[in-house]
Amino acid sequence: MTMTPPIVDIKDVTFAYNGQTVLRNIDLEIVEGDFIAMIGPNGGGKTTLLKLILGLLKPDAGTIRVMGQPAIKAAPQIGYVPQDVHINRSFPITAIDVVKMGLLAPRRRWRPRASQDRRKAMAALDRLDAAPLANSKMGTLSGGQRQRVFIARALSAGPRLMLLDEPTASIDPQGRADFYKLLETLNQDVAILVVSHDLLTISRYAKSVACVNRQLHYHHQAEITGEMLEAMYPGTPQESCPVELVAHGLPHRVLKDHTRE
Amino acid sequence: MVEALQFEFMRNALMAGLLASILCGIMGTLVVVNRIVFLSGGIAHAAYGGIGLAFYFGWPFLAGTIGFSLASALLMAAVTLKARHRADTIIGVVWAVGMAVGIILLDLTPGYNVDLMSYLFGSILTVPRSDLWMMVAIGILISALVGIYYKDLLALSYDEEFARIRGVPVTLLYFTLIALLAVTIVLVIQVVGLILVIALLTIPPFIIEKHARSLAQMMVGSSILGALFTITGLGLSYTYDLTSGASIILVAGVVFFLFLLLEQILLRFHKKPLP
Repeated sequence: MTMTPPIVDIKDVTFAYNGQTVLRNIDLEIVEGDFIAMIGPNGGGKTTLLKLILGLLKPDAGTIRVMGQPAIKAAPQIGYVPQDVHINRSFPITAIDVVKMGLLAPRRRWRPRASQDRRKAMAALDRLDAAPLANSKMGTLSGGQRQRVFIARALSAGPRLMLLDEPTASIDPQGRADFYKLLETLNQDVAILVVSHDLLTISRYAKSVACVNRQLHYHHQAEITGEMLEAMYPGTPQESCPVELVAHGLPHRVLKDHTRE
Repeated sequence: MVEALQFEFMRNALMAGLLASILCGIMGTLVVVNRIVFLSGGIAHAAYGGIGLAFYFGWPFLAGTIGFSLASALLMAAVTLKARHRADTIIGVVWAVGMAVGIILLDLTPGYNVDLMSYLFGSILTVPRSDLWMMVAIGILISALVGIYYKDLLALSYDEEFARIRGVPVTLLYFTLIALLAVTIVLVIQVVGLILVIALLTIPPFIIEKHARSLAQMMVGSSILGALFTITGLGLSYTYDLTSGASIILVAGVVFFLFLLLEQILLRFHKKPLP
């Protein structure tokens, strides 16, 4: 029994967009030390749930408390790694300047602290072995390097929770395992909620799984079962299984036999 | 070209061009990285409606134009922020209607005919001193605001959502940016014309974007490049007796296409062989 209050406490949250229910009756607690993989079909509401936690969207019903505060107030204490695809690649900016963005905070605008910001940003990059990239332009970096910079940006202000939205989309399959190992290391100090489609890889590193498809099913073990796949990606297992699942690693951990009575 | 500077009108034209280059270098950088070139076009054209209103109702010219442009610009900004996928359509409508309103109102105004051509291409050779001072004033205002809110503008332009999470007042800042843009465009149009404003807002920042390492560098680089275009264009227009605004734009356009060509060649030259 732990007595520490959860970092995120979502109770019975419903959210509709243009009259269509995107999320219904969502309950979720994120506590210290969690490493939750969030899976589910596209359009199932995963990104919406992240935005609700960050206070960018307001729930139509239910409550979201983050560190005991309303979501939008606590947002600066969460490290957010958005989907890479929305960001302009030719933007004139270096890696270190991107990381410094993570140090922006309300009511700090008028105090210049350039050298301290730089030191903190360098420390965050260094933690991800990305210090040599500090003065490179973002446009010249590979997908994996860019993700390290975005994680450094999320980490720079020392958050207790990190939210990552499909962080491996622009990383090649070999790099993905390394990437999740990196998250595993970071998880020693920071709780992690990561949206992912790499079912197999993520199941080896995450501690629990949240399946989101309008509703949320929470599984305390990082085991991806046939039933879960069935519920999340309707169709027969053969149709719904991404090839990757079968091709790499340990298929028996991923697809359990259906229980027959 | 140097002897041309003995004429006051040439000195004024040069000053107007340089000031316009600086204003457009700063604002154009923000326009290009925020991808609001189309919105800027909308502001610039809809401003003609403001000119029509000012003449028809006999309002003070600047108050009428700036008021109308601010209103239409903020309307377009609200749509871009709320419904991004609808934004281009709404901007297109405001663009066309603003222009049409201006032309009809000028038709209905007895005894006065504003030359549409001078609105489009300006009259940089007849810029009065008072307009120069006005541009200096707006230049100082813009530089100060961009300097104070640099980090926030950077965050807003690079990743709006992240900026919001970090507590940057994104909505307020975005509307302020658009309002400043509207004021800049209206003031500079009077001096150098609508077409030159659009050219100076987009061409120098686009060329510099890939080579700059920060927004500040991009702003300075764009201003310098714009100034070079202006000086070269004015020189050519003086030497060969050509329309000054159009000469400046053509110089910018030629450099723009040469630059694209050179980039393609370099890209091919540097292409790594596939492993």
